[in-house]
Amino acid sequence: MKYMMLVIADPDAAAAAEPRADDWTIEQWLDDVARRGKRITGSQLCPTSDATTVQVSRGQLLVSDGPFVESKEWICGFDILECDDLDEAIAIAARHPQANGGKLELRPFWTDEV
Amino acid sequence: MHRATAAAVDTTVAAERAAIVARLIRLTNDWTLAEDCVQDAIERALLQWPREGIPRSPAAWLTTVARHRALDVLRRRQNEQTKLQQLAIMQEPDVTLGPHDPMSDDRLRLIFTCCHPAIALDNRVALTLKTVAGLSTTEIARALLVSESTLSQRLLRTKQKIANAAIPYRVPPDELLAERMGGVLAVLYLIFNEGYRQPDDHLATEARRLSSLLVELMPNEDEVRALLALITLQLSRRATRFDQAGDLVPIEEQDRRLWDEALIDEGREHLRRATASRRPPGPYRLQAQIAACHATATDTRTTPWSTIVTLYDALLVAQPSPVIMLNRAIAIGFRDGYRAGLVELEALDPTSSLAGYYLLPAARADFLRRLHRHDEARRAYETAARLAPADGPEQRLLRRRLTELTAPREM
Repeated sequence: MKYMMLVIADPDAAAAAEPRADDWTIEQWLDDVARRGKRITGSQLCPTSDATTVQVSRGQLLVSDGPFVESKEWICGFDILECDDLDEAIAIAARHPQANGGKLELRPFWTDEV
Repeated sequence: MHRATAAAVDTTVAAERAAIVARLIRLTNDWTLAEDCVQDAIERALLQWPREGIPRSPAAWLTTVARHRALDVLRRRQNEQTKLQQLAIMQEPDVTLGPHDPMSDDRLRLIFTCCHPAIALDNRVALTLKTVAGLSTTEIARALLVSESTLSQRLLRTKQKIANAAIPYRVPPDELLAERMGGVLAVLYLIFNEGYRQPDDHLATEARRLSSLLVELMPNEDEVRALLALITLQLSRRATRFDQAGDLVPIEEQDRRLWDEALIDEGREHLRRATASRRPPGPYRLQAQIAACHATATDTRTTPWSTIVTLYDALLVAQPSPVIMLNRAIAIGFRDGYRAGLVELEALDPTSSLAGYYLLPAARADFLRRLHRHDEARRAYETAARLAPADGPEQRLLRRRLTELTAPREM
C-alpha cells in the first residue's frame, strides 16, 4: 500500500511545540525507514515563494507566481511510503520530526480496484 | 422442527448477525458485499423459520446461506481479486474448532475497525450502528437527525476510506490497545448519550447491548465494564426521565420508586467487578461511581454530594474538561449551598468549550431560581433556552421553567 506523506509546516504548531528528549532527528527517521524499506523516495521542498502555478484556460496558458492556495501552513516536503496498512503509516509519520511542531498528512495512492 | 414465532426469529437473527457480517468482511474485504449477503440470508430466515422452525444452529444456517450468496456474487464479477475472495470463503471452515479465543473474535475486529481514529467521529458512530448493531439506515438517520441520503453517502464514503486508506481489519496490538480502546468507548458512550437525551431511547438501549458485547469479548478490561455499569445505572431511570408528553422530568421530580431496581443492582455489580482489580480508576469508572451515588440515594437532599465532588475532582485529573468542571460546580452548589454553587460557576472560564453551551446558563438559572432571584434567573433561562438544541427536550424544560417564573405565583 503506497502513501504520499505530505510534510506540513505550521507556524502556530511550531511556536507551541515543546521539544522532547526522545524526539528523532530527520537523520534518525530516514535511517529507520531506509533500513526497513518503507520509503520509496521523498524530498524537502523550496518555500512557496518559489512556487509557480500553471493553468490552461480556454486554450490560454496562465502562469502565475506563488502557490494556488495561500495559507499559513505550507507543504515543506514529501515522502512516498510503502506500508502494510494505515496503522504502520501512522506509526512512521508519528516518529517524523515534523510531527511535533508541524503536521503530516497521509494520502493513499489511488487504486483502480476500489 | 417446530414453528417459530416472529419474535423468536428476530431475537435469534439479532444475536447472530454481527458475528456473521464480521466474519464475511474478514473473508471478502468488502463491507457492502458482506452486509448485503447477510441481509439476504436474514430475509430468507424470516420467510423460512416461522414455517419450518429455527434450525438447531441458527448461526451455521445463516453463515452458510450468506457464504453461498457471496460466492454467487463474486463468481459473476469474475476478476483476479474476486478469485482470491472466493478462495478465502471456500477455505474457511464451517465452524471454528478448538478453544474460543475472544481476541480472535471477528466482532472485536469489526468494532475496532469501525472506531478507528482515522475515521471522523460522526462516521464512526454511524458505521458502528450500521454494521455492529445492525440498525437500518432509516433508523440511524432518524436517531442522528440527518436525512437518509446524507447518511447513506456518509456510510459509503467511510467504507471507501477504510478500503482506500487500508485501515487494517484487526484488534490493535498491545502497544496501541489502550489508546484505541478509548476511541471505541467514546463512540459507544456517544451513541448512549444521543439516545438518552430523547424520549425514544432506542440508541441508549443499543449502546448498552454493544457495551455488554464488548464486556463479553474483553472481560478483563476494567473501563469496558465500567462503561457498561455507567450505562446500566443511567438506564435504570428510563421510566421516569420523561413525562407522557415527552418532556424531561428533573431528577428531583422523578418518582424514585419507579427506578429499575434490577438495572441498579446489575450496574452496581458491574461497577464492583470493574473495581476489583484495584487498578487506578479510569474516567468511566469514576462516572459510574457518580451515577451509582445518584441511583442509590433516596432524594436530592440525602444524595452524597461530598463523595460526588471528590469523584469529580478525580475525574478532572483523569480527563480534564470544562464540562466536568461545570458538573463539579453544580455538585458543590448542592453540597455547600446554592450561593457557593454560583460562585463556582462564575469562576469557570467562559471562553473555553463552555462558550455557547446551554448547560452553563441553565445551571446558573437553576441556582438563581432556588435562591428566589427571579429576574436574574429568568434572564439566565432565556440565554440557556436560546443555546439549547432547537425543539429538543432540554429546550422545552427550560421554557417551562421560564413560564413558571413569569406566571403570577398562586399560593
